[in-house]
Amino acid sequence: MAGIIGKKVGMTSIFDEEGRNIPCTVVQVGPCVVTQVKTTETDGYAAIQLAFDDKKEKHTTAAMKGHFAKASTTPKRKLVEFSDFGSEPKQGDIINTSLFAEGEYVDVIGNSKGKGFMGVIKRHGFGGVGGTTHGQHNRLRAPGSMGASSDPSHVFKGKRLAGRTGGNSVKTKNLQIVKILPEQNVMLIKGALPGHHGSYLIVEK
Amino acid sequence: MDLVNFAQTTLVPRNKIPDFKAGDTVTVFYKIKEGTKERIQQFQGVVLQRKGSASSETFTVRKISNGVGVERIFPLHSPKIESIEVNKHGVVRRARIFYLRGISGKKARIEEKKM
Repeated sequence: MAGIIGKKVGMTSIFDEEGRNIPCTVVQVGPCVVTQVKTTETDGYAAIQLAFDDKKEKHTTAAMKGHFAKASTTPKRKLVEFSDFGSEPKQGDIINTSLFAEGEYVDVIGNSKGKGFMGVIKRHGFGGVGGTTHGQHNRLRAPGSMGASSDPSHVFKGKRLAGRTGGNSVKTKNLQIVKILPEQNVMLIKGALPGHHGSYLIVEK
Repeated sequence: MDLVNFAQTTLVPRNKIPDFKAGDTVTVFYKIKEGTKERIQQFQGVVLQRKGSASSETFTVRKISNGVGVERIFPLHSPKIESIEVNKHGVVRRARIFYLRGISGKKARIEEKKM
């Protein structure tokens, strides 16, 4: 799928032509450099590798310096592979916002915000146990029954319980591109996107 | 955050707004579309608060309509706002005058500012 690497900047809202207030996420997308074109003959599978976000040369290993030098570009922080890119870009090509059009629908992949150890109400949307009367006093956010009793005599695997929440890869589908500012390499996407400000995103067509 | 500010300043044209704050009485001229026709509706009342910043700033207007309190929140820079007219500058001691919701009649009067 054709796509581009971006960075979440923050949220704002703009007005459309009918005066409606549209909530948008500001995303800095690209410019990305094609650092490698992988083919079935040489690598066993076909893909293109994009690089985004400059970093200092002193923070780059010699091996990676050579990799970026092949595409005649500066060292980058984030590398992502895309299969079935559609068009066939060459090594060293630059991919930017021209890949997308305003009004188009895209999918966005990002790492969600880590919430730490969370109970079942936040983690799985459980309702908690019981009301606040009839002597109930300490079970308000509890998970409730673990399952049946002597048969099967154990808790089934996969039982939804408390634990580490968030911080995993999330794909948000069918988001509309509201506005593209090609000079600033900025895209405004309708609605919220996964992750905190400054986190990397993959915008897919 | 700079790019957010940039997007706001370039993509949201600012309305020309008079100077007003909580406690002032204003009339908002608001464009309403009915089918194909467009007309202007007025909403007059006391400003309860101004909230937010830059292009996403909003303000709340409260009026008593047929004995029932009605509040409306307008985005300050909405293209649907034709104009805002300040009818009266009021003297209030705070930026958010929600205490007005609990009182009515003579108690709900706001002293006019002597200019």
